[in-house]
Amino acid sequence: MKTIWIIAKKELATYFDSLIAYVLIILFLGFSGFFTWLYGTDIFLIGQADLRPFFNVAYWTLFFFIPALTMRSVSEEKSSGTIELLLTKPVTDWQLVLGKYLANIIVIFIALALTAPYVITLANIGNLDAGATLLGYTGLLFMSSAYIGIGIYASSITKNQIVAFLTALFIGLFFHIIFSVFANNMSGGLAEMFSYLDMSTHFNSISRGVLDTKDVFYFASLTFLGLYFSVLTLSKRNLN
Amino acid sequence: MKIEVRELTKRYGPQLAVDNISFTVNTGEIVGFLGPNGAGKTTTMKIITNFIAPTSGDVLIDGTSIREQPNEIKRHIGYLPENNPLYNDMPVIDYLRFVGDLLNLDNLTGRIKDVIEKVGLYDEKHKKIGELSKGYKQRVGLAQAIIHDPEILILDEPTSGLDPNQIVEIRKLIRELGKEKTVILSTHILPEVEAITDRILIINKGKIVADGTAESLKTQASENEILIVEIEGGTPSEILSKLNELPTVGKVDIMSREGNKFEVTSRPGLSSRKDIFTLCVNNNWFLTQLTPVERKLEDIFRQLTLN
Repeated sequence: MKTIWIIAKKELATYFDSLIAYVLIILFLGFSGFFTWLYGTDIFLIGQADLRPFFNVAYWTLFFFIPALTMRSVSEEKSSGTIELLLTKPVTDWQLVLGKYLANIIVIFIALALTAPYVITLANIGNLDAGATLLGYTGLLFMSSAYIGIGIYASSITKNQIVAFLTALFIGLFFHIIFSVFANNMSGGLAEMFSYLDMSTHFNSISRGVLDTKDVFYFASLTFLGLYFSVLTLSKRNLN
Repeated sequence: MKIEVRELTKRYGPQLAVDNISFTVNTGEIVGFLGPNGAGKTTTMKIITNFIAPTSGDVLIDGTSIREQPNEIKRHIGYLPENNPLYNDMPVIDYLRFVGDLLNLDNLTGRIKDVIEKVGLYDEKHKKIGELSKGYKQRVGLAQAIIHDPEILILDEPTSGLDPNQIVEIRKLIRELGKEKTVILSTHILPEVEAITDRILIINKGKIVADGTAESLKTQASENEILIVEIEGGTPSEILSKLNELPTVGKVDIMSREGNKFEVTSRPGLSSRKDIFTLCVNNNWFLTQLTPVERKLEDIFRQLTLN
């Protein structure tokens, strides 16, 4: 556990030293703030003290934001060769991947925490449903966790960060839209399967205010699979 | 600590990178890995440091297999990988702290201070690694390899890409470190292995083709003693025939008639120096030159690895 934290800490230091984290957080706050408060189906158009517009916007901004954050995590270590330094220290492949995951989820957590003024403002204007708001944030965090898993996997298969970014987006696209399109165009068991695989099904059910173990299981297993395949990709160096 | 490599094989797809090699490095020994590019030096080092798994065979560190307790064994090994990968955007001191944390070192601040002094990075310690010159980066690479005072040091081409002054400094550093550690270093700079190492392993195409000290390799490769002899006081043909009659002499070639200069090859295992001297005394000739021809490591290297 300590090793994971040491790696995560170093990763966070790199994010904040190299401005990656600041730029991405500012972009995230800018975009989601703009669409939550100023433009489109914003809060004033709906006219309710409800953060739903923000959750819907963040659902999309995070989808682009996360691959940009995760793309360098393993691929940079691979291209510079520093992965060899790390893994010849008392560090296992799992500790390395989990350290990367932890650092990324912390950055997302900070980004989401910085939208606290939205909550405070709304709570002052109207009667904000605390439970629904909390679950909305939980849903965003779960979704981010799944995309971080996918992003780290995409980053582990290549030395090129752009390839990692695009691969993560490509895989993410299936969960974000394509499965839902499939589900709508099919019927019976197939439709049900694709609807289960679709991320918005689970995200909406959480952000509507119901925390079902089924949904938690979905996000947890996506995260786990992403990290598991990252470790698998890393361990390929041992194959013949 | 003793390193025992047993029947190590590593296959990358159809390509055999390391082909069933075995050797032992004893405690306190400095061993030089020599070989052309792609011979399997780096692969062997990556296996010893537990970065990649071998296809078959094993590496024992003081009797313990590296596969059994990798994390325990990694603490005893300091490794400088090929091309010295580093985090360029990290300050030197932060980087060393990170490595020290990973190794779970006690009194880390003290260790960092020691190591910075040892490799001579004092004025650079707050700079970002990316801003350092290649020689200083190499020092950072060495610093991270020795920060936990490991018993074993594995250095993959520690002087590649450095200028001659830096090479001398890094060599000095390695020799100093090697006094109390077991060291394996790879290089293809031949004078380097002669300068630093106690023993040389020449690897070619995944196999060990030679193992011994620089001296023993030289004598091994040139079984017959070769002497350059210059004699004055007699005619060339007379000297030639008399030299050929000596029991210890195998072959005589005339190098130049003017100075009566000959290349004398002794019979295997014998030295003809004494006989040549007595011959001159008996005939009242005088010897102006008697030089043993030493085979250079370059020749041995080329002979063993070019086929």
